[in-house]
Amino acid sequence: MTAATGIGARVLRTEDKRFLTGTGRYVDDLPLARATYAYFLRSPHAHAKIKSIDTAAAKKMPGVVEIFTGKDTADAKVGGLICGWVVKGKDGQPHKAPPHPVMALDTVRYVGDTVAMVVASSADEAKDAAEAIKVDYDVKPANVDLAHALDKGVPEVHPEAPGNLIYDWEIGVKADIDAAFAKAAHVTKLDLVNNRLIPNAMEPRAAAADYDKGTGNYTLWSTSQNPHVLRLILSAFVLGIPEHKLRVIAPDVGGGFGSKIFCYNEETMVTWAASRVGRPIKWTAERSESFMTDAHGRDHVTHAELALDRDGKFLALRVDTIANMGAYLSTFSTAVPTYLYATLLAGQYTTPLIYANVRAALTHTAPVDAYRGAGRPEATFVIESIVSKAAAEMKMDAAELRRKNFIPTTAFPYQTPVALQYDSGNYPPIIDEAMKIADYKGFEARRAEAKSRGKLRGIGFSSYIEACGLGPSRVIGQLGGGVGQWESAQIKFNPTGNVQILTGAHSHGQSHETTFAQIVSDKLGVPIESIEVVHGDTATTPFGMGSYGSRSLAVGGSAIMKAADKIIAKGKKIAAHLMEASVADVVFENGTFKVAGTDKAVPLGAAVFAAYVPHNYPLEELEPGMDENAFYDPSNFVYPAGTQICEVEIDPDTGTVEVVAHTAVDDFGNIINPMIVDGQVHGGIVQGVGQALMENAVYDKATGQLVSGSYMDYTMPRADNVPSFKLGNKVTPCPHNPLGVKGCGEAGAIAAPAAVMNAIHNALAPLGVTHVEMPATSLNVWQSIQGAQHAAAE
Amino acid sequence: MYDFAYHRPKSLADAVSLLKGKPEGRVMSGGMTLIPTLKQRLAKPSDVVDLAGVKELAGIKVEGNNVVIGGMTRHADVATSADVKGAIPALAYLAGHIGDPQVRNRGTIGGSIANNDPAADYPAAVVALNATVTTNTGKHTADSFFKGLFETALGEGELVTSVSFPKAEKAAYMKFPNPASRYAMVGVFVAKTAAGVRVAVTGAGASVFRVKAMEDALAKNFSSAAIKDIKIPADGLNSDIHGSAEYRAHLVGVMARRAVDAANK
Repeated sequence: MTAATGIGARVLRTEDKRFLTGTGRYVDDLPLARATYAYFLRSPHAHAKIKSIDTAAAKKMPGVVEIFTGKDTADAKVGGLICGWVVKGKDGQPHKAPPHPVMALDTVRYVGDTVAMVVASSADEAKDAAEAIKVDYDVKPANVDLAHALDKGVPEVHPEAPGNLIYDWEIGVKADIDAAFAKAAHVTKLDLVNNRLIPNAMEPRAAAADYDKGTGNYTLWSTSQNPHVLRLILSAFVLGIPEHKLRVIAPDVGGGFGSKIFCYNEETMVTWAASRVGRPIKWTAERSESFMTDAHGRDHVTHAELALDRDGKFLALRVDTIANMGAYLSTFSTAVPTYLYATLLAGQYTTPLIYANVRAALTHTAPVDAYRGAGRPEATFVIESIVSKAAAEMKMDAAELRRKNFIPTTAFPYQTPVALQYDSGNYPPIIDEAMKIADYKGFEARRAEAKSRGKLRGIGFSSYIEACGLGPSRVIGQLGGGVGQWESAQIKFNPTGNVQILTGAHSHGQSHETTFAQIVSDKLGVPIESIEVVHGDTATTPFGMGSYGSRSLAVGGSAIMKAADKIIAKGKKIAAHLMEASVADVVFENGTFKVAGTDKAVPLGAAVFAAYVPHNYPLEELEPGMDENAFYDPSNFVYPAGTQICEVEIDPDTGTVEVVAHTAVDDFGNIINPMIVDGQVHGGIVQGVGQALMENAVYDKATGQLVSGSYMDYTMPRADNVPSFKLGNKVTPCPHNPLGVKGCGEAGAIAAPAAVMNAIHNALAPLGVTHVEMPATSLNVWQSIQGAQHAAAE
Repeated sequence: MYDFAYHRPKSLADAVSLLKGKPEGRVMSGGMTLIPTLKQRLAKPSDVVDLAGVKELAGIKVEGNNVVIGGMTRHADVATSADVKGAIPALAYLAGHIGDPQVRNRGTIGGSIANNDPAADYPAAVVALNATVTTNTGKHTADSFFKGLFETALGEGELVTSVSFPKAEKAAYMKFPNPASRYAMVGVFVAKTAAGVRVAVTGAGASVFRVKAMEDALAKNFSSAAIKDIKIPADGLNSDIHGSAEYRAHLVGVMARRAVDAANK
């Protein structure tokens, strides 16, 4: 181990060698002999009854092997896609769970809904045949306006969910909250929309499956963030295949951001169909398919109120949210606007009373589920927007109002009124550092200078906290989650001293192959070149829950530490034998076992060799081999926190918003690789800026067509949309995991939208603009300015 | 993509004869509109006649007071041409802001104006500079060439061979890009030539149009102050999630004023 490759080092990425030279191996790259290709026929309507499907002409077309419809899968009794988290409503009843068939049977419920699967010798032939399938639709009115989805008389998506209500859930005691509001000196109210986003991972979803008739084994290659979870869901709940007969492999995956967690129709269908077709089946989504069918993110309509006393102390917060589920419940959808959202509404503050009511609604749109931040961006956006609005209304400085209400450092562990107990934190130095880096003091001068050029500058804060590192299994279970949230690790040495780390986590951009190797290199003193990190194959890696919710380091990394402890413990016994000492006298440092006070030493490599060639070895007490695994279930979530400060400059003539500066100071606990952490923050901020300024999944209200169905209309943030970010970091180690780490993968996206929008409101306040909705496109900003000017003129 | 017969003729005459009698045949210039259209299966041509091999169609010349650009000249070549930058810098600027580098390396002026996408940049330059479009069968004036949404005066088998731009005394192009596609949501080309002042707007309507009120005001006083109170009616302007008709009407004014300021620099 050298300082250059251990914990805390800016080690360059192992992954980059293949990713930057075009030698990555993605699902689409797989050379499968005799492969066939699948193409999915999708509904062109948001809501329609299927009167008939005629595949006769299509089946005769060149290259077609087979065509399947919803009737085939229903006849074969293929199970529906599951939602794994039961949410109980105010009435104590579990949420309404309409069926989610793997292909539509008699009704299509969103543009893109799966109607038929064509399997052919080439992708083009499959597509040609799909065009020859005749579907007779009886088009029905669609419900795509979330704000009105629960109104009486709106078209129902599923009869099993009357009035389109999936659940009516609450946290907190409404009566207590209402009493606090009645006494408040000041109440700030806010109506806001958290705009719907389309994930747009660089690699579209793909799946390939093969069935071995001789063994009865299925192999599924999928762009999954969690191959074991996918295997469990498919085998036990959907396809009825014995779990050990299904191998799931997630090879190189080009980004997920949550969209690749879920069990989807297509991977289910290629797996099921592989045994019927008798040849491997490959499928890769076209980008327009990804737009239509990847689980979308966010999509809340919220009314929030904050009660403050005369001095600006927060007395109470009440929040009313309608959350879009889309047309079908995706795998974790129900948990996102409840347990991953409302439980974060304390933010960094001591607000003593919090109440949230969340109603989940069905609409004739694509299913909505977790997307980078999953619930926590929505919570941060509500709190940080209303806090800045309150500051403006009470004519207090936005930073000062926050400081006044921060949870003091002495109060940790801090039990929030919304279930979570924050383990550690120290917020004032973070905001201090952010304000210094952002030169907050110099802002008014910059605002004046911009004004002289006819531009409007604004500055905005976002002090976020989030709960990640999912999570303590018992708590997850109590809250209705159907799975555990531990993680696994296996450290397997070869006789020659190099080592594999097999992890249940999955890297699809997170750099685990580099960072996990750093951890083991640091702890065991093995040179980093001798370490290989293996992930993604259910046949070789131990069962793991996968990567999402910023959990891989906090939970997966901790499992690695535990496995490493076992390696050291075994190594001590071997070394004690070799050194003829007692185990109690053996210490391990810098990769070597020593007897304190002597010059006796056994390098780890020698102990490993002895374990595999046990000629001089305590065989009576100790098994050969150096191969240890561990499972780690965290005792709590982890709570990264920070402050972002955004500075914008607006051109009032066009409404264009430019982000001129963006600062982020984060407390992620101990840092394994600062370069990778910076990269995660950069990417997260860009996604947050994207949400704030430009991204928006738009369905036509009359027809339910996806208007933003391509990059012509869905605005992705590009490098020239953002400045170079200024980052800082503070460390309060996590007290409850062996690495002292928190999660960093989602923080940037969680905090940024509020920082950007607060800056915009700060810039436009002098014009009398009181509210701009996300995304703050130039059209939106210009219309807000026009609206304020007309109001002023009246 | 659907299947089609691909041809790569070496001469204009061969290209024209390949198209004869093939009502479902299509010409490909740079392919920056055609290829995505084919990939999305929005078109099913029987034949594609690729003009890349017809060398005589590409090239830039200065002929007296005019810059003559061959129909197959790539945007990148117009943007970097010393001749264009010297004679009509606003035209080089416009070409240099079409699409992105990959699009500019392939896209052509002939293809752009023959397609007449409502958000294309070149039509504004052609109209504002009062250019002449030459084809294999004749000539068209700027004011008669662009007829409507994706519609031009080109007849069957008629291909743009060159566009001749008169030099301008003052000219500039200001484009407000669609944030997603970065096509022109509103693009205004202002030019003062020997023939007078012209203001041509692309992106805002079904096809490029002139703003006579601005032309008249600028003819008297070529300054942004002269047109600051001129409002464009929103009727008939494009409206989508990126810009309402009212917003586009407003942007026409903003971009026109900025173009005049830039032209005066």
